[in-house]
Amino acid sequence: MSTIANKILTDNLKTRTLKNKAFKSLVVALSVITILPIILIIYKLIAKGIKQISFDFILKTPPDTFEAMTALTNGETIPGGIANGITGTLLMVILASVIAIPVGVVTGIYLYENPGKFLANLIRNVSDILQGVPSIVLGLIAYMWIVKPVTNGFSALAGSVSLSIMMLPMIVRSTEETLKMIPQTIKEAALALGVPYYKVIIRVLIPTSFSGLLTGILLGISRVLGETAPLMLTALGSTIINFNVSKPTSAIPLLIWEFYNDPNMVDLIWSSSLLLMAMVLTLNIMSKRIAARTK
Amino acid sequence: MNNFSIKIKDPVLSIRNLSVSYDKGKYAVDNVTADIKRNSVTAIMGPSGCGKSTLLRAINRMHELYENIETKGDIILNGNDISDMPTIKLRRMAGMVFQHPNPFPTMSIYDNVIAGYKLNGIRLKKKLRDEIVERSLTDVTLWDEVKDTLYKKGSFLSGGQQQRLCIARALAFNPEVILLDEPTSALDPVATSKIEDLLVKLKENYSILMVTHNMSQAARISDYSMFMYLGELVEYGKTKDMFTKPKDRRTEEYLTGKFG
Ligand SMILES: Nc1ncnc2c1ncn2[C@@H]1O[C@H](COP(=O)(O)OP(=O)(O)O)[C@@H](O)[C@H]1O
Ligand SMILES: [Mg+2]
Repeated sequence: MSTIANKILTDNLKTRTLKNKAFKSLVVALSVITILPIILIIYKLIAKGIKQISFDFILKTPPDTFEAMTALTNGETIPGGIANGITGTLLMVILASVIAIPVGVVTGIYLYENPGKFLANLIRNVSDILQGVPSIVLGLIAYMWIVKPVTNGFSALAGSVSLSIMMLPMIVRSTEETLKMIPQTIKEAALALGVPYYKVIIRVLIPTSFSGLLTGILLGISRVLGETAPLMLTALGSTIINFNVSKPTSAIPLLIWEFYNDPNMVDLIWSSSLLLMAMVLTLNIMSKRIAARTK
Repeated sequence: MNNFSIKIKDPVLSIRNLSVSYDKGKYAVDNVTADIKRNSVTAIMGPSGCGKSTLLRAINRMHELYENIETKGDIILNGNDISDMPTIKLRRMAGMVFQHPNPFPTMSIYDNVIAGYKLNGIRLKKKLRDEIVERSLTDVTLWDEVKDTLYKKGSFLSGGQQQRLCIARALAFNPEVILLDEPTSALDPVATSKIEDLLVKLKENYSILMVTHNMSQAARISDYSMFMYLGELVEYGKTKDMFTKPKDRRTEEYLTGKFG
């Protein structure tokens, strides 16, 4: 090969590697921008919220605005906590899961079993649409279905129903998708042992896809954990710890909204948000680990 | 008319005028009649798509999974018409092994062997369960390899070990006949030859019907061979006879590698 041709080739190679490097740096820079908000959020929440976190914060209900003001003027941390919000969130999320998990998993199994059927396609599309319905509209629906006719007033049940409708599409989808990943051969192995079809589903398909189902459920829960709008129209909020599903109930995001509206309580926003964020992150990480372990 | 006449005394399985179609009017298995000999290995050969798997699956009625399937003719297993048998009983009597090893991924090796009992809710005393597991794993020459890891997941085993585990799972039911659909086509040569040796040994106690697209495998281990073409059973006889002097031109062309 001539030396000139050689030089052109190496020059080309040099500019190419240079371009490659520039492009790679750009990609890295842009990617960092994506994770920047979450880092800033976590930093801010910890910086402003950690000093408020204590046993009292988890075990006590919020102070009234006068107590908070007194503490502020004395330069003390605000007394009390968000126990009513924590218990309310747990109550409503658990109840919502109790409603959404069985319905969602059974629907997902139906979609998996009848892929081409008209009803299955309809359900799949409606479920997709449901995923896009604004959460406040779901709150409105739960208000119409539960608050007025069933519990005769704002209630934890109504809150749970609105949250369960939000969780449903995610659980349906993840159930169908995980079942689809099970090789047909596993199903055949069970059928060839004379196992009746419904038992194949319950005793082979569900256990085999269990971690996938769990991942979908955990993501669904973490999705509704911070929902505020639908709860405003359904659970309303409460200053006391309440375990009665037919009574108004507080929740962490509801409290954050209330604190925001009271100048004396503003400090509690940060610690409450920190706790909520920690719960959501924990669920997310748990679901990721479960998903990774089964690959 | 079929180009063979073979008399088999006291067959384990009698297939009479069996036709199976997935779509109306198109026969995947076309009027097949054959008796299967007890305690021997019978191979089903033929080019891809000629109906081997369909025939095999008709025997334990696994083909009924498909919605529009139509079946004509009779299959008699040990004197019983299979269409009158409850599926659980039929599939206990006719165990099946598939092309790709398919142990249950969530179950231990031990549980995989007795999966047929477990999944059907048949309760056994621990001692009997242990016996069945040991006997079945010994029968497939897997016991020594796994006896210390019985409670580990079956999916940790090699492909060949997994396939032997799947055979053990079928043997746990003490079947009359074992149906195998290309059981070695996903395995390496060493694992394949282990399974072949195993099948020859197993025929002492079981009757074996095996689909294979590998002619030399059929020649090595089978006592009887069928050759199918386009759903039809073209030729059926002693393997030795078929490989040395095939009666049908199509069999000869297949065996000499002219198609397939
Ligand atoms: N599930 C099915 N639906 C429709 N046709 C099928 C199905 N399975 C197999 N067939 C058709 O039946 C014929 C026989 O298939 P098969 O029994 O699988 O053949 P082999 O096992 O010999 O390759 C083929 O023409 C195939 O296309
Ligand atoms: Mg086949």
